[in-house]
Amino acid sequence: MDPFIRHTGVSAPLLRINIDTDAIIPSREMRLVSKKGLGEGLFASWRYVLPDSREPNPDFVLNKPEYANTTIILGGNNFGCGSSREHAVWALAEYGIRAIIAPGFGAIFYQNCVRNGILPVVLDNETVQSLAAEVEENPQVHQLTIDLEQQTVTSFSGAQAKFEIEAGHKEMLLKGLDSIGLTLTFEDDISRFEQADGAKRHWL
Amino acid sequence: MAKTLFEKIWDAHLVKALPDGTFLIYIDRIFLHERTGSIALQSLAEAGRKVRHPERVFCTMDHIVDTFPGRGDDTVMPSGKNFIQATRKEAKAAGITLFDIGDDRQGIAHVISPEMGIVQPGITLVCPDSHTCTQGAMGAAAWGIGSSEAEHAMATQTLRINKPKLMRVVFEGELGAGVTAKDMILHLIGQYGANGGAGYAIEFAGSAVENLSIEGRLTLCNMAVEFAAFTGLVAPDQKTYDYLEGRTYAPKGKDWDEALTYWQSLVTESDAAFDKEIVINASDIEPTVTWGTSPQHAAGISQSVPALESLASDDARTAAQRALDYQGLASGDALAGLKIDNAFIGSCTNARIEDLRSAASILKGRKVAAGIKAICVPGSQQVKAAAEREGLDKIFEAAGFEWRESGCSMCFFAGGEHFGAQERVLSTSNRNFESRQGPGTRTHLASPATVAASAINGVITDPRTFTEVN
Repeated sequence: MDPFIRHTGVSAPLLRINIDTDAIIPSREMRLVSKKGLGEGLFASWRYVLPDSREPNPDFVLNKPEYANTTIILGGNNFGCGSSREHAVWALAEYGIRAIIAPGFGAIFYQNCVRNGILPVVLDNETVQSLAAEVEENPQVHQLTIDLEQQTVTSFSGAQAKFEIEAGHKEMLLKGLDSIGLTLTFEDDISRFEQADGAKRHWL
Repeated sequence: MAKTLFEKIWDAHLVKALPDGTFLIYIDRIFLHERTGSIALQSLAEAGRKVRHPERVFCTMDHIVDTFPGRGDDTVMPSGKNFIQATRKEAKAAGITLFDIGDDRQGIAHVISPEMGIVQPGITLVCPDSHTCTQGAMGAAAWGIGSSEAEHAMATQTLRINKPKLMRVVFEGELGAGVTAKDMILHLIGQYGANGGAGYAIEFAGSAVENLSIEGRLTLCNMAVEFAAFTGLVAPDQKTYDYLEGRTYAPKGKDWDEALTYWQSLVTESDAAFDKEIVINASDIEPTVTWGTSPQHAAGISQSVPALESLASDDARTAAQRALDYQGLASGDALAGLKIDNAFIGSCTNARIEDLRSAASILKGRKVAAGIKAICVPGSQQVKAAAEREGLDKIFEAAGFEWRESGCSMCFFAGGEHFGAQERVLSTSNRNFESRQGPGTRTHLASPATVAASAINGVITDPRTFTEVN
């Protein structure tokens, strides 16, 4: 997994609340038993004129020329709610999204982001709105910079917002760690637990 | 210190508090299905990792599998077969238990897990499926995860997680006639928003929850995720034990006695603290229907689509306006009387035997209105068989419903079958998101009784207008 340390990029506002993972990637776009080949299906219902077509809907933010090469999404509250499909995150990653800034995230989606090197940034609604307003003035130029070490988002004009993130998630992202490998270093603890628990709850 | 049910389960599964502030939590059982499980198994094998305890991992075919009679591996969506066959191959290689197509134990994960006693009080259970919270109804900590987390759970039998905050939602008093667990949870989300439970493990309690059957509690907990909760759960009681006893994976003999003693200790102590508590008067709840494209867009069936000005925030108003445009509705439109094109009874929310009985009691001797496409998909092959023993299939078919094999089916359209654009569906499922049941399809969520009553009249109908309900 690619580490996330610091990133500057074009940011696209998608400020509606409760954007669900069915919207991020519809079921019909999940065709292969694979984590790849999903970027094209990202936001398919909104991004294309007709379902299953690939004709871009010119009104959708990511299709507008001024939002070319978007790498950060500014989202509404409860972003990524709904289905646990990690395909939503794989699709975002393949499209080139490195971070999502929103007032809140679906819990499973948040975890899926961290496991795939996408940084979910929680900022209050007012801050997200004001970042979006500045970005919209000139998206290609008014890029946002996210510094994970410092836990800051800085706008082109220099406005800075501090965000919170759990230490474990931060480390995972900063180092691009393989969480399974990391957990297996606690093998002794797991085995000890299993022995003690097996004696207690032997019916399982 | 006095502990809640969730804390007791948490503490019993704590392997280690990690230096980074997360907790290594032991996972007792893992459930998979062919859409996300296939990738998790495949990816694990590619990384050269083994499933640590194959005997603790169970897999079903529910998401993509066809539900037409006489089904095989083929699905409406040509690529669906890839997921089914990959799952079969990987499950065999990993040595886990698979409930395959043609197996009479096959069905929706969250229906068959309780049905076979795989989920039990006090255990931790995860599945790469957001509705895993359903299984918390058995007094377990059960929650949905992504595919990468499923790999982690299979390889290490643990997950690294943060401790959720604790909420109790108390439903006090008695439900009115025709009001069900589905109406309770829609009411809660309608009142407190689709984000109302974010960050919390929620214990559902109070006399109205105690009075629910196990199947009702499964429906209630099923939509905890639509409330953005980490999970939902209900304290185990005599109903839980009676439900479990004798099921395939439930403990037997002396083991049962010991397990029972342990389970009986899993109750929230009277002075245990929650971070938040919500109290709802059960008698205030009507049969509830959604009008928009989020489960929070829910209202009692006697109500109308709300005025946008009545909503709390700009965001909520903007989202509601968008939802109304999508749904072809306007503020002030009455919910009852709204014409529907389709009726769907199925899903991990409402496709158990009591759900089918409830719908059948209304459908018996009646027919669905002309032009309505009506489908019933039992939640498991065991539910289907039980319904057929009672003759419910005949009632559904005589009323004009299709009677299907079990699976998730048209709750979404993973297998490729879907409802039409701009068609209105009254559905017992759990998500009314844009295009969830088909591109451009307009979904309204309701209980099985409300769906049955509405299918007969061809318009959204209060089930209490049918004498069978009262």
